[in-house]
Amino acid sequence: MIRSEILKDIAPILRDQLVVCNIGIPSQELHSIDDQPSNFYMLGTMGLASSIGLGLALAQPKTVVVIDGDGSVLTNLGTLPTIANNVADNYILMIIDNGSYGSTGDQPTYAGKKTSLAAVAQACGCENVVECQDVDTGEVLQAAIDSGQMHVIVVKCDSGNAKMPVITMDPVVIRDRFMKAVAS
Amino acid sequence: MNIDKKIADDLVANDISFVTTVPCKQLAGVIDEIDTRDDIFHIPSNKEDEGMGLCAGAWMGGKRPAIIMQNTAIGVTINTLATLIQYYRMPLPMLISYRGELREPVACQVEMAVHTKALLAQMNIPTYHFHKQSDVEELDMILKYTFMCNKPVAILTDANFWGGYGDQ
Repeated sequence: MIRSEILKDIAPILRDQLVVCNIGIPSQELHSIDDQPSNFYMLGTMGLASSIGLGLALAQPKTVVVIDGDGSVLTNLGTLPTIANNVADNYILMIIDNGSYGSTGDQPTYAGKKTSLAAVAQACGCENVVECQDVDTGEVLQAAIDSGQMHVIVVKCDSGNAKMPVITMDPVVIRDRFMKAVAS
Repeated sequence: MNIDKKIADDLVANDISFVTTVPCKQLAGVIDEIDTRDDIFHIPSNKEDEGMGLCAGAWMGGKRPAIIMQNTAIGVTINTLATLIQYYRMPLPMLISYRGELREPVACQVEMAVHTKALLAQMNIPTYHFHKQSDVEELDMILKYTFMCNKPVAILTDANFWGGYGDQ
């Protein structure tokens, strides 16, 4: 499966959560598949989805699911010790690990080579680190939500992108409707 | 006047309850002080752009954030300031240790000091420079201004403000 197929699969689960979605094609795919006010789309700032999600989870009680990518986590690896040492049990970091920089032409990442992000997360002190295959994402994600414990999920899947339109919504609109969904 | 206590008091008085830090020798006292405050959740960052991400999330979650960092971090955070904090119009007080100014003992710090105000000006970031201890009296107003206009605002605090490097 490629990322867009996984997102279609788990859209019914994501709909009821606060979602912080990674820059580029992942946000475009989620926006096209199931746009919700409870989705925060990143339009720039590669690498910070996990940090934004952690700040959000620490600030309020609703469950936060971060949809991140292997390339983006590699660009902000310092996030993993921060996540490990500031446990928010309403926080789920889901790394869609397709071993490539999807938004820029599927160049390979080191996560698709020798580097295991699950092992890195564990070494950083993260608890409840689960690596799963694409087809099992929904089951693993639902179990993580139900557990009420912080999780890092690394979803191994195929490289590739669906053709989706660019998000043209104004960033302040995205942020404002998201904040209303958080507060509701 | 104890400026560390005064700064922490102003943060609390302005309902700032989520503070991230990347340390600096000059900021050690204020970081220690916020660690003693029950009203402030202190989350150290590994890098300043990561810290700004944490602050963005905390603000959307209903808490008022602040970041405490060195001016060298302006070089690290330009993209985050432009595409996250400014693009989504978020408030962010940045208490910045202004290294490389008068009384600086480390020459390399001057190399970023000479760019600091120019970069902040280029980014249209409102910037205040605390040089004398009495300048801290403006902090309360600066914090109110930040959350009024939903912008990142820089407060540069130089060595003279902090009382030097043990040289007086």
